[in-house]
Amino acid sequence: MPVGIVFVSHSARIAAGIVDLAAQMAPSVPLVAAGGTDDGGIGTSYDRVVAAIAEADRGQGVLLIGDLGSAVLTAETAVDLLDESPAGGVRVLDVPIVEGGVAAAVAAESGADLDAVVRAASGESASDAPSGSGSSPSAETTVVLADPEGLHARPAAALVRLVAGFDARVTVNGADASSLLRIIALGLRHGEQVTVHAQGDHAGQVVDAVSALLAGRRA
Amino acid sequence: MEALGTEWALDWIRRSAAVIAENKGELSALDRAIGDGDHGENLDRGFRAVIAKLEGASPETPGAVLKLVATTLISTVGGASGPLLGTAYLKGAQAAGDAPGLDGAAVVSLLTAARDGVVARGKAEPGDKTMVDAWTPAVDAATRALGGGGDASAVLEAAAIAAAAGAEATEPLIAHKGRASYLGERAIGHRDPGAQSSALQLRAAADAATGA
Repeated sequence: MPVGIVFVSHSARIAAGIVDLAAQMAPSVPLVAAGGTDDGGIGTSYDRVVAAIAEADRGQGVLLIGDLGSAVLTAETAVDLLDESPAGGVRVLDVPIVEGGVAAAVAAESGADLDAVVRAASGESASDAPSGSGSSPSAETTVVLADPEGLHARPAAALVRLVAGFDARVTVNGADASSLLRIIALGLRHGEQVTVHAQGDHAGQVVDAVSALLAGRRA
Repeated sequence: MEALGTEWALDWIRRSAAVIAENKGELSALDRAIGDGDHGENLDRGFRAVIAKLEGASPETPGAVLKLVATTLISTVGGASGPLLGTAYLKGAQAAGDAPGLDGAAVVSLLTAARDGVVARGKAEPGDKTMVDAWTPAVDAATRALGGGGDASAVLEAAAIAAAAGAEATEPLIAHKGRASYLGERAIGHRDPGAQSSALQLRAAADAATGA
């Protein structure tokens, strides 16, 4: 079961919208919206947050991401006062809720644990693979990006999920391929040259798989 | 020197509810100047819910009264004030523990724990133009009053006076936390509504102790 994610927003529609967006890239992750006040106004609701934590908890931990200041305060207070904390742990993050939320969801979809989901949401490397000792095999290849839309959020998410399945540390044009935010930040366009590098036991296989994905070929 | 018991705690909260209701327009006016304009209404809604809850419950210690206040404010006030004030009452309740009565030293512990809770939750420092600017001088004055041999009433009186002065002293400040921090220098000249409402609640605590 994946880590669950709760979006705490002042607006019910913002929270629900992020769930829609993230669900497209992370269909099996429990994504729960906790937006707006109990009477549907603008604000955050302690009770909604508490209920959302229970709904998102599948045993692997829960990450809460807030939008503006008091959403984070409400989330932290709710976590402090929980009668029963999620067995897999619970964390509250103050990161950009859309970018961080989508990155967290993609990491959770790829099976990352709570710590790695937190790192992904913070724009850090989600991978805990060793950073490449000199003795482990490495591989590298360069391909031309086939997607006519460029490497936008959805294919970038597919790339991050793909890389998570291999035991290797992978970079795409130097950017850590376990970080959705870093891959999207490359802003790669159709027709650009993309260098895929990997180090680790699965280096050759992951470079083949990633270059196939980017070049629009079947692996 | 009589210790302050459950009756005092109940009277404190009833007086707080009354004074917040009386001043909700003014608190929201302060909040309109530098925030989102709902502080008085939000707090009044929270304290009305607290009073309703107290009618159906019979807490047996000051700590139990404050715990009920804490959980009710957190779930009804909303915004930043709900979690912050709720945390203050919750930490105060934990400091009071199961004691049936609180002497001067116990009141200082309660106020200190409440202030520390607000600081830990909101990460504001004195001078940031927040409720911490009422709570911190209140704790300092209460500690001095205790050191000078003051009983629980004297400690609360000192805290209430210092909190009111602290709230007033937020007027010339630039805000560094909360919604008002987006305003920069435009916050200068306006009193912080959270500091003001905290001072009102501490005044209610002192008046409940003396029966004023």
